[in-house]
Amino acid sequence: MQIHIQAQGGVPIYLQVMQQIKYLVASGRLKPGEELPSIRVLAEQLLVNPNTIARAYRELESAGVVEKRRTAGTYIADTGSPLARKERLKLLKQQIDGLLVEAFQMGFELDEVLKLVQQSEILSETSKKG
Amino acid sequence: MGDYIVDIENLSRTFGNTQALQDVTLRVPRGGVFGLIGSNGAGKTTLIKHILGSHYAQRGSVRVFGLDPVKEPVKVLGRIGYMSENRDVPGWMRIQELIDFTSTFYPSWDPGYVKELLELFELDSKQRIRNLSRGQTARVCLLLALAHRPELLVLDEPSSGLDPVIRRDILAAIVRTTAEDGRTVLFSSHLLDEVERLADRIALLHQGRVILEDSLESVLESFHRITLRFDRSYSVAPLFDGAIDSRGQGYEWTYVVRGDKTRLEQTAQSLHAQIVGESPLSLDDIFVSNIHGS
Repeated sequence: MQIHIQAQGGVPIYLQVMQQIKYLVASGRLKPGEELPSIRVLAEQLLVNPNTIARAYRELESAGVVEKRRTAGTYIADTGSPLARKERLKLLKQQIDGLLVEAFQMGFELDEVLKLVQQSEILSETSKKG
Repeated sequence: MGDYIVDIENLSRTFGNTQALQDVTLRVPRGGVFGLIGSNGAGKTTLIKHILGSHYAQRGSVRVFGLDPVKEPVKVLGRIGYMSENRDVPGWMRIQELIDFTSTFYPSWDPGYVKELLELFELDSKQRIRNLSRGQTARVCLLLALAHRPELLVLDEPSSGLDPVIRRDILAAIVRTTAEDGRTVLFSSHLLDEVERLADRIALLHQGRVILEDSLESVLESFHRITLRFDRSYSVAPLFDGAIDSRGQGYEWTYVVRGDKTRLEQTAQSLHAQIVGESPLSLDDIFVSNIHGS
């Protein structure tokens, strides 16, 4: 699992860990049922306080992204749950907001952006595959 | 004594005419990582030396594990692992000799752990200390501080002047120590990204005083950088309640403020100003603003 922490960014570290794990789940790089590293292992890998990782895992659990199992491990939850979908929607909305802010700053109109989205090369690639 | 590993009350210390510590009250709870931050000369090392009992309290009191470290040095130091800022170790000794020598002071010395650490740090115990690089010397010092699995690990500027590889070793040792139940780490640093990564609690020392002491989380949450747009132009920053730093010109002024957000909005309204920008602060920003503002 690749996570990069930036102290000094003003974003709390537990939040960075949460967001990146959510992103890895949403993008399919972490699959439902996959086990996450233990708190201690991840803390040592990222060189952050173990309590910070514990908090990130705890909040991911209450957001339905991960689940604790009896074996004490932490696993990626089944993304079919409505909570997980809500999380994915939230992530997507953030990205869309970012895109729109950027587009408006560069002087594009909304319908131009929409057109560009529809013409995206990624779309033509996926339709070829399908 | 509560569950405080270190309990310092109203400690003051002068060296000649220099006031090194002034009315310092500091409590380090059991477990977790406590970060001591401050500029050079702020009093961090002096404070640490009081904890180790190498300075007596001129005024106020110092208790470590509930004991006076000056009166009961053996009982206190036997439970502390310490790495000094200067990392001064006798150059004429071989690593193994220094290990054997140091081990005699600590009943809880763990030879198995020493072996593990020698391997981890890639140290050859037959080497003489004076032939070691600065980084290798730091690793030896870290090994000596960890080998008796101390209840309290005290590190004074542990990574200053070291390359990133050895810094990693040191930070990983801090993480490992705190992950083991009930162990406490107290470290001083002016590298604030390290402190932000590792500390549960922090104390900011400035000119011998503690000007901020809290959990890292509430420190990071209680400071905000806000930009206000006023209804008229000002030549100096209008007073803003709770602001510790300000800069700007004319209609727009940016403040670093301490307090919860709803109160900030009320204050802004009462000044006929609108909050037009807001951003979180890193520990580094908070540090600089506090020093700048005090």
